[in-house]
Amino acid sequence: MSASHAALPPRPPRRWSVPLLLLGMLVLAAASFIEVGVDWRRLMSADAAQRMGRFLGEMARPAVEPAFLARLGVATLETLAMSAVGTLLAAFFGLLLALPASRVPGQLSQLWRVPTRWLLNVLRSIPELVWAALLLISAGLGPLAGTLALALHTTGVLGRLFAEVIENAPDGPAFALRVQGVPRGRAFVYSTLPQALPQLLSYTLYRWENNIRAAAVLGVVGGGGLGQMLSFHMGLFHMRETGSILLATITLVALVDLLSTMARRILNP
Amino acid sequence: MATASLDIHRDPAWRGRVFWMLAAAALLAPALVAVEFKLWLLFAPDNLRITLRFLGDFLPPAMSGEFLAMVARETWRTVAIASAAMVLALVLALPLTLLSCAALSVSALRGRMHPLAWAVRQTVRALLVVLRSVPELVWALVFVRVVGLGPSAGVLAIALTYTGMLGKIYGEILESGDLHPTRTLLRNGSGRLQAFLYALLPGNSRELTSYTVYRWECAIRSSAVLGFVGAGGLGQQLDASMKMFNGGEVATILMAFVLLVALADAVSAQLRKVIG
Repeated sequence: MSASHAALPPRPPRRWSVPLLLLGMLVLAAASFIEVGVDWRRLMSADAAQRMGRFLGEMARPAVEPAFLARLGVATLETLAMSAVGTLLAAFFGLLLALPASRVPGQLSQLWRVPTRWLLNVLRSIPELVWAALLLISAGLGPLAGTLALALHTTGVLGRLFAEVIENAPDGPAFALRVQGVPRGRAFVYSTLPQALPQLLSYTLYRWENNIRAAAVLGVVGGGGLGQMLSFHMGLFHMRETGSILLATITLVALVDLLSTMARRILNP
Repeated sequence: MATASLDIHRDPAWRGRVFWMLAAAALLAPALVAVEFKLWLLFAPDNLRITLRFLGDFLPPAMSGEFLAMVARETWRTVAIASAAMVLALVLALPLTLLSCAALSVSALRGRMHPLAWAVRQTVRALLVVLRSVPELVWALVFVRVVGLGPSAGVLAIALTYTGMLGKIYGEILESGDLHPTRTLLRNGSGRLQAFLYALLPGNSRELTSYTVYRWECAIRSSAVLGFVGAGGLGQQLDASMKMFNGGEVATILMAFVLLVALADAVSAQLRKVIG
């Protein structure tokens, strides 16, 4: 044994959690691939390549007829309007539900806290697309179903986030107002709300960004906007129109991505 | 007395508030028209009757053993689609990240990056932008046409979108960390892969793993809805039950949805706590 060996520090204790975790992940991955059974031969076959090639080839010559482009423009605006209205509704109702869901001192009763949280959780865990499919039954095909679907899911998300923001806002100013005899509602509007507002706004903007993406595909189940046009033309195998709609969707999503990245860079340099 | 004293202290900013409210309303009006915001349609007698009958069917939820077993199987399939897609996305995103990561540039150590290296990095980044700009549902529509109906289309769809997302965020994580060890290794003549494995990766592994787990959770959510376009999983079952107006089955599947998302939420939070 040389001296340098003797000077080595003792071995760190062996941690079994990491290898176990890795093993678990491996098993999950293997089981998943077996369950799903991706047909690689079919995917890599000449037939699939040919279909994909034809698809891309047709998409490369998108439809640019003025009448079609006008409809595409309307659908894009519809998608934007859906996301904006849906997010605004969600911000309003999210704030409304966040009040009983948050734990703030001086509240009338804690009775509503647990049921409201449950409601928010359910709203949140059902995806927009499922809400849209459910709403089709009462609102019919069209952008109204999509807008309400976005509003319902986003209310769940924003309500939970808003409740956290309200709980974390400093309580001093509201307490001071309440001690002076200001009613609870006014105390909230003039003390807690202004303090929480920047955070509430930034969450709302972040969700709007998400909702523009979501709105672009909601139409696939019949919820209006670009998605509805896409599923219509794709169903009829109008590949050139499909190409234009896909390009519009990609451009919209990439643009929103870029703008929000830039906005965030400006807001927190 | 109290109200009178409050009235004297009128909100000094009320003019601004009213102005912005009116401006927002003016902006919102065309949007409301565009989305055909006719809420009264929901309460038209015909629509209301159909809605109420459908909702009435929700109780009792379908609870036959056969149906429950099928829901359990579809739930597992949803998780399997998400997990397989995550594995594929990881396999695709890692090399793309290595190619696009500016922190591993040798020429950038001496000031400007080599034009060719710059061009390669920008090309890979553009590819990542395109991959993640196509929503997974649209990829699924495309793949359903290419590989046929079934979970394979869902796996490929999520894998491609998530390759774009993982590639971008991995690059951002790697470039935002402490670059000193990496640069030191590169300056002393180590290879790029060595610098990645021994400096960049250990320094950022927690953040990378935590983000990957979070994305897995998101993948479960999206694989649950891809079924609507025929890509297998819970969504497909929900779509089928909904088309048959079977409220009881819809209720059961929705409950499975909520439970699955809550479970994924909890597992992901726990995993991230263990790692972080």
